[in-house]
Amino acid sequence: MPRDSLTGTRIRERRSIAGIRQADLARQIGISASYLNLIEHNRRRIGGKLLIDIAQVLGVEPSMLTEGAEAALIAALREAAADGEVATAEIDRAEEFAGRFPGWAEVLVHGHRRIASLERTVETLSDRLTHDPHLAASVHEVLSTAASIRSTASILAETGELEAEWRDRFHRNLNQDSRRLAESSRALVTYLDDNTAGDDPRGVPREEAEAFLAAQGYHFPGLERGEAAVEDVLKDAAAPRSAAARAIVREILQQYCADAAALPLEKFAAALKRLGPDPAALARSFAADLPLVLRRIAMMPETVLPGGAGLVICDPSGGMLFRKPAGGFAMPRFGAPCPLWPLFLALSRPLVPVRRRVAQLGRVAAQFDCLAYAWPQEMSELTEDPLYRAIMLILPVPSDEISEEAAVRQVGSACRVCPRVGCSARREASILREEF
Amino acid sequence: MTGRRVLLIEDEPNIIEAIRFLLTRDGWTVETHSTGSDAVAVVQRARPDLVILDMMLPGKSGMDILRELRDLEELANLPVLMLTARGQSRDRAMAERAGVSRFMTKPFSNVEVLTAVRDLVAQASRQ
Repeated sequence: MPRDSLTGTRIRERRSIAGIRQADLARQIGISASYLNLIEHNRRRIGGKLLIDIAQVLGVEPSMLTEGAEAALIAALREAAADGEVATAEIDRAEEFAGRFPGWAEVLVHGHRRIASLERTVETLSDRLTHDPHLAASVHEVLSTAASIRSTASILAETGELEAEWRDRFHRNLNQDSRRLAESSRALVTYLDDNTAGDDPRGVPREEAEAFLAAQGYHFPGLERGEAAVEDVLKDAAAPRSAAARAIVREILQQYCADAAALPLEKFAAALKRLGPDPAALARSFAADLPLVLRRIAMMPETVLPGGAGLVICDPSGGMLFRKPAGGFAMPRFGAPCPLWPLFLALSRPLVPVRRRVAQLGRVAAQFDCLAYAWPQEMSELTEDPLYRAIMLILPVPSDEISEEAAVRQVGSACRVCPRVGCSARREASILREEF
Repeated sequence: MTGRRVLLIEDEPNIIEAIRFLLTRDGWTVETHSTGSDAVAVVQRARPDLVILDMMLPGKSGMDILRELRDLEELANLPVLMLTARGQSRDRAMAERAGVSRFMTKPFSNVEVLTAVRDLVAQASRQ
């Protein structure tokens, strides 16, 4: 059916949308209802003054009725049919479909655009994984060194009579390669699980938000003094661009402002100096709740708390809501962290502070004092089930206080990069072995 | 020795040393080269019975070298054993399309390398 022959259909659609009865429209434009009925069923051609009058009553441009707004819609429908490779689609009736069911046609076109957009996202992420030059170079280095070690070791083990000169040379190569493998594998693991690695965080809202907060040192002097608003911070050129990341930053900074107002920087810094980073003592001193004190300690600038402190906040599913790294304490870039973190123990003991000294296997000898706590969120209705959150402060233990005797729990970063053998909490195989 | 010459194009010195030792012990004459940019010219000059080619080389990739070798009529059937740290199926498929004779991922075993070299040269001599 030609496009202009659908003018009547468009008039009927527009009249229905406007909620005008056929008889009322007919009366307003000075024709009989039966004649309008014929027009609306495309049995009478329409143009000139009558068309202009109808368009005026319906509040649309006359061209909307003759050409329809669906020219682009029809093109998009045809594109969807072509991309979908659906041979049975009635492509020659796209115009009629758009004219008769513009709403459904929009739904279909919107779905098609959404699929195209998601396909582009998948392609981008896939490309990033495949062509990440740092990752490719690191993996190549590890595998090439492993190849050299395997080949050399086989020669040493399997060649019966080996001249002393060759034997010494291969021993030297083996030693050299084993050192190289240790270094390159450590670099690879650091890259895989270090969320501060310098890749482009765009496209993942929480990473984008965290990159911005990290770039600011997790400290916002204007907000501390009450001289700036959250929206002022978001106007910063370096602030995230995506709406999703901006929403995350906004929520975090609103909490930051409330915390700063409750425990002002100068007073809190003075108490910290007097009592040390002891959350329980600080909570008592300010009569403040523990999550507030933990957040506040973590957000202190380096000048107040040298060495800084890390902080993680999660929901009951283990989903990370906030991550501030602590030097040497590895946090996974993607996926769930080690379930042995005290953070998760706290979730099973709500309202009971959990304090543990931990070390991460396979890493440097650093130890961390972790204090975790889980508490229910405010409920709007008493009949609702409480929704818990858990928070964990991570304080690096000074090197002169590291003790071999102290009860230290071995935890990991994430199963994928944890070498611990026989771990009851393991949920997937590691790419590492214990000797790493 | 005719029919027993291998050109090893690889940039890892310790891998070169291990493979050279392995093949020399098996009676092969081994020539080595470490850069990709002039590798095709080196193959043309050396006229080996087989090339062991690393995928990632400084100057030019092993894949590009392989394509250029296959474009030369006199080297179109030269056995090429490709060594690579990239073992994904699409890399293998790409190498096969470019005309690789055998594709081997790192870390490989010495027996695998030795067997592949013997088999490929034997196959080529029968053609």
